[in-house]
Amino acid sequence: MLLSSVAERVYWMSRYIERAENTARIILVNHNLLLDIPRTMEFGWEALVTITGNADIFHEHHEEATERNVLRFLVADQRNPNCITCALGMARENLRTTRAILPRAAWETLNDLYAYARDNKTSGMSRRGRYAYMRRIIDYCQLMAGKLSSTMSHDQTYNFMRMGRNMERADMTARVIDVRASNLLPSLSEELKPFDDIQWKSVLDSLAGYQMYRRHVHVRIRGRAVLRFLLQDEQFPRTVHYCLAEVEQCLRGLPGNESALRILGRAQRLLSEVDVIEILSEGLNSFVDDLETVHTQLHNQLAATYFTLLEEQTAELNAATS
Amino acid sequence: MPIKWKNYSNDGGYDELITASGHARVAARGAVRYISSLSDQELRERRDAAELAMQVMGITFTVYSEGEEGGIDRTWPFDIIPRIISAREWRHIDAGLKQRVQALNMFIADIYGERKIVRDHVFPREVLAKSVNYRTQCAGIRPALDTWAHICGSDLVRDSDGTVYVLEDNLRVPSGVSYMLENRLVMKRIFPELFEDYSILPVDGYPTRLFDMLASLSPRPADYPTVVVLTPGIYNSAYFEHSYLAQQMGVELVVGTDLVVTDDDCVYLRTIGGLERVDVIYRRIDDLYIDPEVFLPESVIGVPGLMRAWRKGNVAIANAPGAGVADDKVVYAFVPAMIRYYLDEAPILPNVPTHLCMDPTQREHVLANLDKMVVKPANESGGYGMMVGPAASKKERLKFAELIRKDPRNYVAQPTLSLSTAPTMCDGKVEPRHLDLRPFILSGETSHVTRGGLTRVALTKGSLVVNSSQGGGSKDTWVVETGDK
Repeated sequence: MLLSSVAERVYWMSRYIERAENTARIILVNHNLLLDIPRTMEFGWEALVTITGNADIFHEHHEEATERNVLRFLVADQRNPNCITCALGMARENLRTTRAILPRAAWETLNDLYAYARDNKTSGMSRRGRYAYMRRIIDYCQLMAGKLSSTMSHDQTYNFMRMGRNMERADMTARVIDVRASNLLPSLSEELKPFDDIQWKSVLDSLAGYQMYRRHVHVRIRGRAVLRFLLQDEQFPRTVHYCLAEVEQCLRGLPGNESALRILGRAQRLLSEVDVIEILSEGLNSFVDDLETVHTQLHNQLAATYFTLLEEQTAELNAATS
Repeated sequence: MPIKWKNYSNDGGYDELITASGHARVAARGAVRYISSLSDQELRERRDAAELAMQVMGITFTVYSEGEEGGIDRTWPFDIIPRIISAREWRHIDAGLKQRVQALNMFIADIYGERKIVRDHVFPREVLAKSVNYRTQCAGIRPALDTWAHICGSDLVRDSDGTVYVLEDNLRVPSGVSYMLENRLVMKRIFPELFEDYSILPVDGYPTRLFDMLASLSPRPADYPTVVVLTPGIYNSAYFEHSYLAQQMGVELVVGTDLVVTDDDCVYLRTIGGLERVDVIYRRIDDLYIDPEVFLPESVIGVPGLMRAWRKGNVAIANAPGAGVADDKVVYAFVPAMIRYYLDEAPILPNVPTHLCMDPTQREHVLANLDKMVVKPANESGGYGMMVGPAASKKERLKFAELIRKDPRNYVAQPTLSLSTAPTMCDGKVEPRHLDLRPFILSGETSHVTRGGLTRVALTKGSLVVNSSQGGGSKDTWVVETGDK
């Protein structure tokens, strides 16, 4: 038995943890990339704000996307609900209200993680402390996932967390592709401009996928193959395809899943039928937009089926018993 | 520098661990010897470790007056020196509490039933008439096992001559048991070596006992009952405990909106697969808020229709609505009489002598001796609205004299007890601090008393107020077998 309110909270808890981890990862990757790229090249921090999806809030408060502004915004700015400390705070609030259900060790880890993120944010924003801070955030988020996976029954509650994690992951992968890959793909040419290769590598790194790409794709890094990998690969756990397959598996074990499965099917068809060469010529952005639209529809359907108070059901039961 | 027990003095009061001559009491010997062997530095390290453990475990309570800014939960001050009671003394207390709660349950059932105790002039009708916790909606109802107060937290204090008194019985939604359990876990983490030489009675069976008791109340005994813990929500000061108990019992923690009562007068949970019937509700919401159809209509934390379902016997509620009628400081004064009346036994544990201000003679006595008395309103908890005579200003005493004259039924007065003390770490030094003890008593088919309970300690020097909301802390409480029977 799973309460609707609990399903909603654990779903959001794992989305927020995943969000914090992803944000830490792209900051780390950008940090490394900047050290490699000559100063003359125009490459900055702005893209990170776009990827995390709160550009409007950012520009309301900042004229320029300087390193300092962006870091503060992504790590600890209370005006950005997706900043690392905010996301972890939200995750913690969600877990605090579902503590009774999740293993105690998971609560202790998240509590610890949140306290670390909050107490060390200044160092996390500084150049010197950044690496250690982001690394720790990533490690702890993974620890959290590991503890949940290995000490909690893989029941419906767990599946809602798994759905949350994978929904967030799919979203992040799509956003990274959208923002990062589109400006690397000016043409169909397979000619790599100087530094393009390290930028492509950074796209993979942002999704922790570089090493697995090398092992499984056997092609040197170039746009098409990277894109195909990130969208369609069936084995790497951060590709859009993989995440949707995970969501599907979870959904199959839940009651009343028909509508959600229909929408999910649409997303999967969109993904499998896409021709990467075609989207490269016709515009990556419109494809990613389509993908994000179904993704949002899927989330809304999950909320409608499982999270909101079931007024109609109550009415039905009343009708049946009277 | 190790502690010099010779210099440890609480000005002639009773100390739980150290005798007047500066020696450790029998049950406390091992612990006192060990703690004395630690340097100041080592003691501080243990204390810091305890604090850290509390933070990591997320052991918190909420203070109402704090704004959003300060964060809504705080860790509760914990003292690393345990309070130690011999098992022999505990057996006496255990028997006394069971006797007391049995009489209280019979009283509540009688009050909502035939009211024999009123007819027989043992309990005055006018006390009942003015009881704010009496619920007319409960009259004539007979809950499962005729039990109303399933979970009771009674506060015990020890006076300077060593006598243990019952100070009050909390029959509405007593809290603190989770801290009792967590304190033990923290102690095991930071003082494992102390546990080796002692035989300390374990406390961790409580959640299982609680679940079994709750399950035994189910209206559908054939099935595995669905039990839930109903909390007012995360902003409640005891939210940590609600969540903790649900977790330890493996049941759902719910808020009012998770539950619904349909036209069949049954209570259901809203789940991802539809509605599921609920059998037993351990509610941590005050009576007046549980059902807006019957009590306060503006309550948003309750469940409309809950009382309907309960009255029909379709759901069990613990503690039963209306059980608080016995949780009143005026009713308290009659508990020894109830024990004699219902059980025909002499009370094992004494009450603190209590003056009822509703009685003109007693009232005059109280008003003439305000500087020596503790004055309490009949129905407040958490240490709110009371006056400690010896510590009060003249202005405050005048204010209370006025309050008493205006509403005598609402006030009782007790002589100021010099609460016992125990050694407590304060600013790196060990000093005596006053404390009380709240054991928890479960009543279902059988009754069970926790081994020890929650020791609350006033961290301010000389203070007698131990409530967590007013600067109190807590200690682990050990009931130890000492070999002597």
